[in-house]
Amino acid sequence: MTDMGEAIILAGSAIGAGLAMIAGIGPGIGEGYAVGKACEAIARQPEASGAVTRTMFVGCAVAESTGIYGLIIALLLIFLKPFT
Amino acid sequence: MAIMAIPAFLRGPTDPNVTGPQVITSWKLGPLTINLTETVVLEWIVVAVILGLACFLTRNLKVRGVSKRQAVAEMAVETITKLVRDTMGRRWLWFTPYIASVFCFSIFGSLISLFGVRAVTSDFSVLLSWAAVTFLIITWTKIRYGGIGGYLKGFADPMPVMLPINILSEVATPAAMALRHFGNIAGGGIIMMLVYYGLANASHMIGLDIAVFDVGIPAVLSLYFDLFSDFMQAFIFIMLTMVFVSNAGPAEDEASAS
Repeated sequence: MTDMGEAIILAGSAIGAGLAMIAGIGPGIGEGYAVGKACEAIARQPEASGAVTRTMFVGCAVAESTGIYGLIIALLLIFLKPFT
Repeated sequence: MAIMAIPAFLRGPTDPNVTGPQVITSWKLGPLTINLTETVVLEWIVVAVILGLACFLTRNLKVRGVSKRQAVAEMAVETITKLVRDTMGRRWLWFTPYIASVFCFSIFGSLISLFGVRAVTSDFSVLLSWAAVTFLIITWTKIRYGGIGGYLKGFADPMPVMLPINILSEVATPAAMALRHFGNIAGGGIIMMLVYYGLANASHMIGLDIAVFDVGIPAVLSLYFDLFSDFMQAFIFIMLTMVFVSNAGPAEDEASAS
């Protein structure tokens, strides 16, 4: 492969990795919303804080998975360079 | 003045390299190649550590005059039992040992990265095998409570058109669990590696051959990526296992009646 072709592929991979991390927006908004609601719930009913916190963490983890998929794609593009 | 050769260890990482676990040896078994990887050896170490800890904590238990060691062991068992009872209900209490062992394995397998080796859990095959066990337990629970006919009928639940979606969601459950844990630990490890590399480069740039910035500064990030993230992911993995398995069975009400 020519140098130029490889450079274009590397540049494309880097841009793609950056674009993949846009996936971080969704989980950020979603988790922030979930944590805010959990704070409201604990303020209203402090005795249920254990159950609320537990449920919130599981919900956050599930919401986070799309962001993690984006992160995995970005890491693959940067470090494994699948197209070169 | 004679310049001493500086060992590579003190220079810090000079190029970022991201590889899978190293293969130590491999055997040929007919068409199969069995690799003994770094991960497997580290898993043996983790198993030995957990075994040693369990033996140490439970040695000569007493009813009266409880020692500190026994108090720690009792607290750990009580905490995890309470968690399982609250999340899954009383009839799933027999499930506690499995949950506890997955939790311990995950915690120690992630925290082993504090000693400068690869975390066991940053190898995807480890997480995939744990998630496969969860998948088998879910399937077994569904068959146990609904019979094999009920299990197969569950795939066409609201209407037969949903069949491909149901199959997909059945497979996606363990895959998402494994990917989440793997992505968090492996991603955290890569970010920490980049931080070490960047700080080593920064200290080379100001003319020091020894990576002085690598001392202490990364510990702040390590607190999140190594300690908090490891505990969180282990906790989330067992939480999701418990939720999925207990949802595979029938609702709680007949359990509370018995």
